[in-house]
Amino acid sequence: MKLVALALALLALVFAGIAAASESRPTAAELESELVCPVCETTLDTSDAPVARRMKAYIRARIAAGDTKSEIKAHFVDQFGTAVLAVPPRKGFDLVAWVLPLAGLGLGVVAVGALAWRWSRVRGDPPLAGDEGAPLDRVLEQRVDDALERFDR
Amino acid sequence: MTGRLRLGAQAVAVAIVAALLGLLIWKVAQGESEVTTELARGGTPSAPLFTLERLDGKGDLALESLRGKTVVLNFWASWCGPCRDETPLLQQASERWQSRNVVFVGMDIDDLRSDARSFLKRFGVTYANLYDGKSSTVGRYGVTGVPETYFIDAAGKIRWRIAGPVEDAADLDEGIKRAVQARQ
Repeated sequence: MKLVALALALLALVFAGIAAASESRPTAAELESELVCPVCETTLDTSDAPVARRMKAYIRARIAAGDTKSEIKAHFVDQFGTAVLAVPPRKGFDLVAWVLPLAGLGLGVVAVGALAWRWSRVRGDPPLAGDEGAPLDRVLEQRVDDALERFDR
Repeated sequence: MTGRLRLGAQAVAVAIVAALLGLLIWKVAQGESEVTTELARGGTPSAPLFTLERLDGKGDLALESLRGKTVVLNFWASWCGPCRDETPLLQQASERWQSRNVVFVGMDIDDLRSDARSFLKRFGVTYANLYDGKSSTVGRYGVTGVPETYFIDAAGKIRWRIAGPVEDAADLDEGIKRAVQARQ
């Protein structure tokens, strides 16, 4: 148990290190995959539009100047709005983009759970022999009577 | 109870479908700007209002503050080749019409501010230029691409539009005359 906890702590440390390095020394490739070309509305790494080329050149210049990832992104948001971010921020109205799928998933789970519960109740356990408490459906009862009558003949 | 539950679930499903349908209709209606529709019908739609920052750093400019003047509104971007070709024509026309109550306004869209400022400096543009990086005016004017030029009369009605580059000075003069004559 202690070994698992230690492994998890080490893993967390490694990821934290990677995230910190990515923030302070971002690469052009990662920023190009996280920013959207305002004209063609695809990420910069898949766009060759003139404005996308200018944005890529700007990213490289800012990285060379020592800007952090957040600073570079903030600069683009200031100019083009949050629509320039490939992943919407987790605040304000943009939070809807995060909450809605989760809410949908939650509703789906609840709906499936409710249906499963209902089906299991409808089917229930097979009636035991001698269980005479439950009344038969009229049509079914008629069919049983007819069958018995035919059997008696 | 089961019947009520089923009815409730059906009502929720119908409501979700209706909401999605409404969203689709709204999105389609949004796609077509009123300006485009009106111009296509030969009408004179009101120019959508805006207040945006000036690229020369002199604060904001509101379209409404230009009421009473003829406005030539030119959408452009520094990375756009045809914009480079037509800018000298626009600058010359702005100087030619300046004394006749005609104001030129450039609207820089989908562009980096620094690139836009370099562009204006390079071409010696002296008329007002606004920055609309978020393209807030594009949908409302029904701009199909850059460059595109709108001619707005003194009452704020769009009288003419050139979709694409201005080929020569006569093109510009024609649009301006249409807008100027409208107020007479």
